[in-house]
Amino acid sequence: MKVVGKAIPHESAVEHVTGRALYTDDLLTRFPDLLHAWPVLAPHAHAKVLALDPSRALEVPGVVTVLTAEDVPGVGHSSHYHDEPLFPAEVMFHGQPVAWVLGESLEAARLGATRVEVEYEPLPAILSIEEAIAAGSFLAGPLRLSRGDAASALARAPRRLSGEVRIGGQEHFYLETHASIAHLDESGGVMVHASTQHPSETQEVVAMVLGLPRNQVTVQCLRMGGGFGGKETQANPYAAIAALGAWKTRHPVRVRLPRHLDMALSGKRHPFLGRYEAGFDDEGRLLAVRIELYSDGGYSLDLSEPVLWRAMFHSDNAYFVPDLEVTGHVCKTHKTSQTAFRGFGGPQGMVVIEDLLDRVARSLGLPPEAVRERNFYREGQTTHYGQVVKDAGRIQAIWSELKASSELERRRAEVAAFNASSPHTKRGLAITPVKFGISFTATFYNQAGALVLIYRDGSVQVNHGGTEMGQGVHTKVLQVAAQSLGVPLEQIRIMPTRTDKVPNTSATAASTGSDLNGAAVHQACEILKERLAPVAARYLGCAPERVRFEEGRIFPEGQPERFVPFARVVEAAYLERIPLFAQGYYRTPDLHFDKGKGQGKPFHYFAYGAAVSEVEVDGFTGEYRLLRTDILHDVGDSLSPLVDRGQVEGGFVQGLGWLTLEELVWDAQGRLATGGASTYKLPSWSELPEVLNVRFLERAAEPGVIYGSKAVGEPPLMLAISVREALKDAVAAFGQGGIVELDAPSTPERVYWAIEKVRARKEVAVGD
Amino acid sequence: MEFVLNGRRVQVEKLAPQTTLLDYLRASGLTGSKEGCAEGECGACTVVLVREGPAGTEYRGVNSCLLFLPMLAGQEVYTVEGLAQDGKLAEVQAAMVQHGGSQCGYCTPGFVMSLFAEQYRPDRGPEFDLHALSGNLCRCTGYRPIKDAALSLGPAPEDSFKARLREPAPVLGPAVYESEQGRFVRPGSLEECLTFLALHPEAKLVAGGTDAVVESNLQYRRWELLVGLEAIPELKVFEEHEDMLEIGAGLSLGELERRWKGAPQIVREWFPLFASPLIRNSATLGGNLGTASPIGDSPPMLLALDAAVRIAGKEGERVVPLAEFFKGYRQTALGKGEVIVSVLVPKPFPAHSRFFKVAKRRLDDISTVAAGFALELGGAGRVARVRLAYGGVAATPVRLFAVEEALTGQPWSEASLRRAQGMIAEAIKPISDHRGSAEYRLRMAQKLLEKFYYETASAEGVKG
Ligand SMILES: Cc1cc2nc3c(=O)[nH]c(=O)nc-3n(C[C@H](O)[C@H](O)[C@H](O)COP(=O)(O)OP(=O)(O)OC[C@H]3O[C@@H](n4cnc5c(N)ncnc54)[C@H](O)[C@@H]3O)c2cc1C
Ligand code: FES
Ligand code: FES
Repeated sequence: MKVVGKAIPHESAVEHVTGRALYTDDLLTRFPDLLHAWPVLAPHAHAKVLALDPSRALEVPGVVTVLTAEDVPGVGHSSHYHDEPLFPAEVMFHGQPVAWVLGESLEAARLGATRVEVEYEPLPAILSIEEAIAAGSFLAGPLRLSRGDAASALARAPRRLSGEVRIGGQEHFYLETHASIAHLDESGGVMVHASTQHPSETQEVVAMVLGLPRNQVTVQCLRMGGGFGGKETQANPYAAIAALGAWKTRHPVRVRLPRHLDMALSGKRHPFLGRYEAGFDDEGRLLAVRIELYSDGGYSLDLSEPVLWRAMFHSDNAYFVPDLEVTGHVCKTHKTSQTAFRGFGGPQGMVVIEDLLDRVARSLGLPPEAVRERNFYREGQTTHYGQVVKDAGRIQAIWSELKASSELERRRAEVAAFNASSPHTKRGLAITPVKFGISFTATFYNQAGALVLIYRDGSVQVNHGGTEMGQGVHTKVLQVAAQSLGVPLEQIRIMPTRTDKVPNTSATAASTGSDLNGAAVHQACEILKERLAPVAARYLGCAPERVRFEEGRIFPEGQPERFVPFARVVEAAYLERIPLFAQGYYRTPDLHFDKGKGQGKPFHYFAYGAAVSEVEVDGFTGEYRLLRTDILHDVGDSLSPLVDRGQVEGGFVQGLGWLTLEELVWDAQGRLATGGASTYKLPSWSELPEVLNVRFLERAAEPGVIYGSKAVGEPPLMLAISVREALKDAVAAFGQGGIVELDAPSTPERVYWAIEKVRARKEVAVGD
Repeated sequence: MEFVLNGRRVQVEKLAPQTTLLDYLRASGLTGSKEGCAEGECGACTVVLVREGPAGTEYRGVNSCLLFLPMLAGQEVYTVEGLAQDGKLAEVQAAMVQHGGSQCGYCTPGFVMSLFAEQYRPDRGPEFDLHALSGNLCRCTGYRPIKDAALSLGPAPEDSFKARLREPAPVLGPAVYESEQGRFVRPGSLEECLTFLALHPEAKLVAGGTDAVVESNLQYRRWELLVGLEAIPELKVFEEHEDMLEIGAGLSLGELERRWKGAPQIVREWFPLFASPLIRNSATLGGNLGTASPIGDSPPMLLALDAAVRIAGKEGERVVPLAEFFKGYRQTALGKGEVIVSVLVPKPFPAHSRFFKVAKRRLDDISTVAAGFALELGGAGRVARVRLAYGGVAATPVRLFAVEEALTGQPWSEASLRRAQGMIAEAIKPISDHRGSAEYRLRMAQKLLEKFYYETASAEGVKG
């Protein structure tokens, strides 16, 4: 019986549905004398802090203290680049906290915060990519990746076009906002409960702020109510403030951001501006492409550089471009520091090349899917950064299979017929591929540790460095452990992630959670089995190599009826003084990348997929509906099909939210105008496609990855590009051929103006 | 103040009257209910109240973040912690587990409660109405597994929850709650209410609370005195008369939706576009008009139907046409100490009436532009009567009388439409904001009329 590959519910599903699953802020009643923190918010996007006087706040009943720069015993930053001051002397974005008030109640802290007197000198602010480019305001870049000589290949190309696309950012809107509770533990250390994807870095930052060695700080993440990259680095300031408050007052301190603060203070997916030039032939085959990417990094570096690298690594998506040059810049603006978000730049890179290909196709009057297909990578080709595209044939295989299963051709004809008879409503159809590289592009992060403990009764505890945010890493690791150790799922307990169990862990990010931690746990289980096998062999009277472990039974190969229970062997091993705990460790082999040369093998492998989407657009208003989506995705041999399907569908819907309706609007003061749940709209039921068919690629085992699986967290998000391209297809149907210009997100308003544009062209054409 | 929580009587004292039910639950250790937004948008805080509905006692899903605690006086509440009994999951919970309906789990308790309310709804049909879940957001799953979980549910099992529905729901009576921070008073009759308001004209009225509590949670408005309108029978009427329909200002939109059989098309289109079912379970027409938002959705619909409001004060009653009710940005014709008692909708309803709402998201979003249109065609396809009402294009909801007048007596034709569109550009000067640009708003005001034209023209067989 295989446990791995079984469709089991999330390991906490019963806790979720009963409300018993605990998240950081659910611990609040466990701490008597808990203090609540509230920030003093700067009312400017850019300003000098001339003076800060907390004295009036202290007069508010219930206010205990005000945290300011003077209270910091260590380094007062929440990033290890020391560029994110907890108590800034220069305000760098609207709403940036300049001090924090601690109160016996949240209301007292909040009232106190209104009484802190701060004097500012407002300074000019840079609020957009265009302004940053004009002012030469950059955090990083130019970064370069290239193959061949794009400039001269462009000059030689028989056809050329250029274009530009603006891609909006995205608020993570994890349902659980940032939360931390810190207290001084029983032995003088600092204990921090935090909703963080990277407990080790949170530990590092807290230790740095308090001026302590890291062994004095323990960080625990029970689980998160969603992360999506938004808690990879950005949980750290709130953990640091909670810890600093606890350090100063000796009381437990809680920091929990209500939604509107979470949205105002935390970083988002990077908005991008993409500019491109393409040279191609009459069939739409790309000959040369030059792409310039500008990301809006906000005020500090955070993860902007690796995000930009990943955008550049994915500027080819699934296409071979003989001469390709990609240049990237991170703009510095007076906004929140933009950060990781599912896909990590990859999606923005792909949107640009897909926009380009659509334009190439429409400029030639060819179906976009034909042009896309013509440009696919073939087996043996390499990317513009010199990595062989392993299994490149899967791109075409997935494409062909999906075209058939979604009946693309028949529906193309139906859509055309519908459009011919419907003046006010048009349908659009598009298919787009995804090729996504798996591994952290910072090579050293590609390592993981685990600690597996067996108790004398045969019950097992598994500790690993991965954090659970809904993506199902605990479920998959549980299945891996049960499979590897040969015990039933119920006998294993996955422990909350803590820095005192597994040290120096990497962020749970880059889709690698299960690959890395699963492999580390697997190794620990293998070590334990190796130790138990000789003990069992003596019981069973067989050679240790022949001992098999399955579902809590240990037996000689081929003779399951001669089993002894796992627990009995464990007890015997204990009595024989054999250690019943083991560490596991894994590092991804063979990764390297030279940033200077822009060459290397940054990825262990690629995950592939494709999606077909059909939309219907109202020509009066620009409103639209998603009628149907078909997805075929490569998850290798799925470790946990229910989890994987959830990741594919959830990622897709999150991606379509980003590309269609989620709109970050900053006003002229640099304040986020769509900074709440009523103004920033996530996909709801109405965005779910009326028909959604999801299938996994079969016979897709990935050798060299845990149980032949593939990472699935991020890649499906980019399947939603099919929706954006389908909208462009529908917009085009209002006119008479030619390109469609549409920035993201394609809100009804943007779709409407795009329709007006193609209609105007039609009228001109008719008028001629 | 007392209420019943998961079958147990609880007492509340000392807490500020503006404490939300959600904060109270979480501080009491019932942390299953989550806060995702504190403004009624996400549904993570959903709980159910036992209430009298059009088909008898029902479990009514509400956003616990949008209830001031004293509004619970005398009520009966169930939270997610109350569902599993003797260690056995409720059917809705088991279905969510089985279908993979939870990933991070943060939205899950709210979905479970919405599923529960719908499964036990006494007048539910054989198929699960998925619309019942549209006030709950999930950032992880993409909804498909939750949909499958919902569709797997049969009728409510014969259990103690079902048995509870055979007993009457608590009747909300007068109540008073007071703490250091303020006072909440819930009068039991209109007379009592008006007398109280005459003495305390500064009191903040709270009907369903879906605006007032948001103001409290997000803008941190604090009031010394709150007057709850939920126990006033005169505000709950729903009466069909020969020449008009009278709708109590305090009737929740959810109740109204289920009671108003044979509502005209404009109203049937309007209901699902107004907020979410969870909000509609609390929100009232009185509150929507009282709050006088320029982007409120009931004004364009009611203006198109030529509705009027009945207003009562200590001095007596008056009826004000809705078109004269809005006086300026968030200002109304209400005097101090006055309340809206009901909304009067004249009959017969117009032959053609449509409601359009343009927003970024199709459901549960605030309007960028909303329009209510009503049309009566006379002989030879000429306009006998037309009403054009908009939200989102001015500081108040508006009716475009001049355009209506110009259209009246004209053929309902493309030429008339173009003329009307031209006049609309003169009549309104919308603003730009994060929901949309001024240009788009104006264009929508014109284009929605065009859409209405083409739809009615084809329905009437008029050739455009
Ligand atoms: C998530 C969410 C979504 C929403 N979506 C929409 C939407 O799509 N369209 C839309 O139009 N609105 C929407 N709203 C706004 C809100 O639901 C409505 O304005 C609602 O109708 C208010 O009714 P209530 O009874 O809850 O008002 P309350 O909050 O109780 O009261 C609102 C105001 O009206 C006054 N008031 C209430 N009743 C009376 C009365 N009888 N006489 C005089 N004054 C009175 C009160 O003084 C109070 O200030 C939404 C709100 C939320 C939270
Ligand atoms: S917390 Fe989001 S609806 Fe109540
Ligand atoms: S499961 Fe995470 S928000 Fe729904």
